[in-house]
Amino acid sequence: MAQSAAKHAASQGGLLPCLHEIQAELGYIPNEHLESIATAFSLSTAEVHGVVSFYHDFRTSPSARQSIQICCAEACQASGSRELEAGVADVLGVEFDETHPADNYRLERVYCLGNCACGPSVRINDEVYGRVELSSLRQLVAEAVQS
Amino acid sequence: MTITVYIPQDTTAVSVGAERVATAFVQAALNAELSYTLVRSGSRGAFGLEPLIEIEVGAQGRLAFGPVSVDAVPSLVTSITEGEYERHSNYLGPVNTIPWLESQTRITFKRCGEGDPTDLANYCALGGYRGLERALTLSPQAIVEEIKVSGLRGRGGAAFPTGIKWQTVLDAHGEQKYIVCNADEGDSGTFADRLLMEADPYQLIEGMTISGLAVGATKGFIYLRSEYPRAQKMLERAIDVAMAEGYLGADLCGSGQRFELEVRMGAGSYICGEETALLNSLEGKRGVVRAKPPLPAIKGLFGKPTVVNNVLTLASVSSILADGGAEYARHGVDRSKGTMPLQLAGNIKNGGLIEVPFGVSLNKVINKWGGGTRSGRPVRAVQVGGPLGAYLSSDQLDVPLTYEALAELGGMLGHGGIVVFDDTVDMAKQAHFAMDFCAKESCGKCTPCRIGAVRGREVLDRVVDSTASSNDLILLRDLCETMEQASLCAMGGLTPLPVKSAMDNFPEDFGVTDNQYEVAV
Ligand SMILES: Cc1cc2nc3c(=O)[nH]c(=O)nc-3n(C[C@H](O)[C@H](O)[C@H](O)COP(=O)(O)O)c2cc1C
Ligand code: SF4
Ligand code: FES
Repeated sequence: MAQSAAKHAASQGGLLPCLHEIQAELGYIPNEHLESIATAFSLSTAEVHGVVSFYHDFRTSPSARQSIQICCAEACQASGSRELEAGVADVLGVEFDETHPADNYRLERVYCLGNCACGPSVRINDEVYGRVELSSLRQLVAEAVQS
Repeated sequence: MTITVYIPQDTTAVSVGAERVATAFVQAALNAELSYTLVRSGSRGAFGLEPLIEIEVGAQGRLAFGPVSVDAVPSLVTSITEGEYERHSNYLGPVNTIPWLESQTRITFKRCGEGDPTDLANYCALGGYRGLERALTLSPQAIVEEIKVSGLRGRGGAAFPTGIKWQTVLDAHGEQKYIVCNADEGDSGTFADRLLMEADPYQLIEGMTISGLAVGATKGFIYLRSEYPRAQKMLERAIDVAMAEGYLGADLCGSGQRFELEVRMGAGSYICGEETALLNSLEGKRGVVRAKPPLPAIKGLFGKPTVVNNVLTLASVSSILADGGAEYARHGVDRSKGTMPLQLAGNIKNGGLIEVPFGVSLNKVINKWGGGTRSGRPVRAVQVGGPLGAYLSSDQLDVPLTYEALAELGGMLGHGGIVVFDDTVDMAKQAHFAMDFCAKESCGKCTPCRIGAVRGREVLDRVVDSTASSNDLILLRDLCETMEQASLCAMGGLTPLPVKSAMDNFPEDFGVTDNQYEVAV
């Protein structure tokens, strides 16, 4: 941890890459690490906290094993994401911004995945799926959970 | 006879099954003992036809098939082994005769889909790096002049003349200058940057290198949004190859000139697409907007003179240098020079990337290329220019797509996103979304945006719940005016555009009669 922070602190503007690396490693950015990150970057803990809290991507509590993101931006709205958004909680049994108790994935909204010609779009981990309907979503999530 | 099969690895192609089709193809070809070479290409952006497979047999041109489903793969392999391509139900003919593609003017996107995106030899064979070779023989001022002659304006949204921006950075004093590529592409309905980075990453790398030579910058950053993991992999691989082959690094093509390049990932923040917020983010800070002046061109990244340009702006530079600024300026109309990569999205049958000279009508784009809505229902509203762009009604579709004509309608072309809605859309909900998005993504620096958007959302909550009074609409217009006039950046300043255009063009969705509407105005 300290080593990684020192490495990034040596490069210009290295704080975001450092936070990305920690999150990739641990799944989140633990509060108890903020102080040592701050020391490495010669910042105050409050400043590092300020950066972490600004960006939607960074999490400060342990996260789920997998992530399911439903695109809720305009182009997907035009092609049916409002129906997905309204029905997904019932179909999957988990609310937005929560972790599925049994299957250990987190359900989130996202605003555009650059897949706008083939919406509604859903991202599961690093894969994007197009023209998703409630029925196909259930299937895609089931496959992801099994893998 | 050698057979080459091209299957795209582009995000959208894969999102509709290209990966499964590729796997099925390998299996079916194995069963049929077909010998061939598989190339995982980028996409041409004809997303209505994806997964689009191309087959090249011997010296014959490429034949296209699409959209190919997994089930259609075995019969496709049979038609290859038997040489009877035409009979396959997905046969589209030679790829360069597909009307959707043939009717475009491809300059920036001409190489997309031609081959393996990170195959540098292929890039050079298709005319790549001619621009850099020429730039290496020119003075910095001569490169900037070439950009000025081209009439190129920034493709990121604000349409600022690129030559003038570069001149400012060239003239600025400083040991260290930077080139920053804005690859944050946050606008819903846009994907041209992503497509280009995934299909032709060297073109962007070449454009940034030329930009570095033009202004005297030795270091560049590509700020890429974290929603684009495929583009990240492609860019990083391409940068590694370009380094190894001397197209990046301490001695560009043996010229003794230096340029280095790094990809930096964003972290899920729309406002970080705004150039000064982006610079703060690159510096490792909160993505808060900076007051201008000073311009980034004078005091940008780490306080140094910095070029900030969109992906498409920088990519265009390589063909402008290769073929000359005058050649580029031949396309387009008025002060909208060159070509504009439009992105057709939303409820549309044949969406995708359409690169055409400025001036084509919106109607033609939606009907000729797009083939109307995917639902088959009538078009009711079209949002042009991203989440901060206006909602046009179906009787405004004759507008020619130029910066000037859209401005006249009270809208903007922005990054070229066109999002089509059919007649099931509720425009009050769309206006609500615009305020909600602004409230969520505001950087918080100024009150009109930070507070105004929240108040605007509250009013629109009532409109959507049908509990609003006509006073509410007066309040909403007041809020819009304050946001427009007093916001520090275009996030707060332009959010009223979709809101007001929805109210003006679709008053019936706001639950007030015409009478009350007049009062509200
Ligand atoms: C809220 C907001 C979001 C923006 N998002 C982007 C973006 O995602 N990509 C982009 O290139 N420009 C974006 N811009 C425009 C940039 O501030 C800037 O004008 C642009 O990067 C300059 O490059 P260009 O001259 O090549 O267009 C945004 C502006 C605002 C106000
Ligand atoms: S208008 Fe909004 S996003 Fe822009 S500076 Fe003000 S608060 Fe930040
Ligand atoms: S709006 Fe959903 S992918 Fe772009």
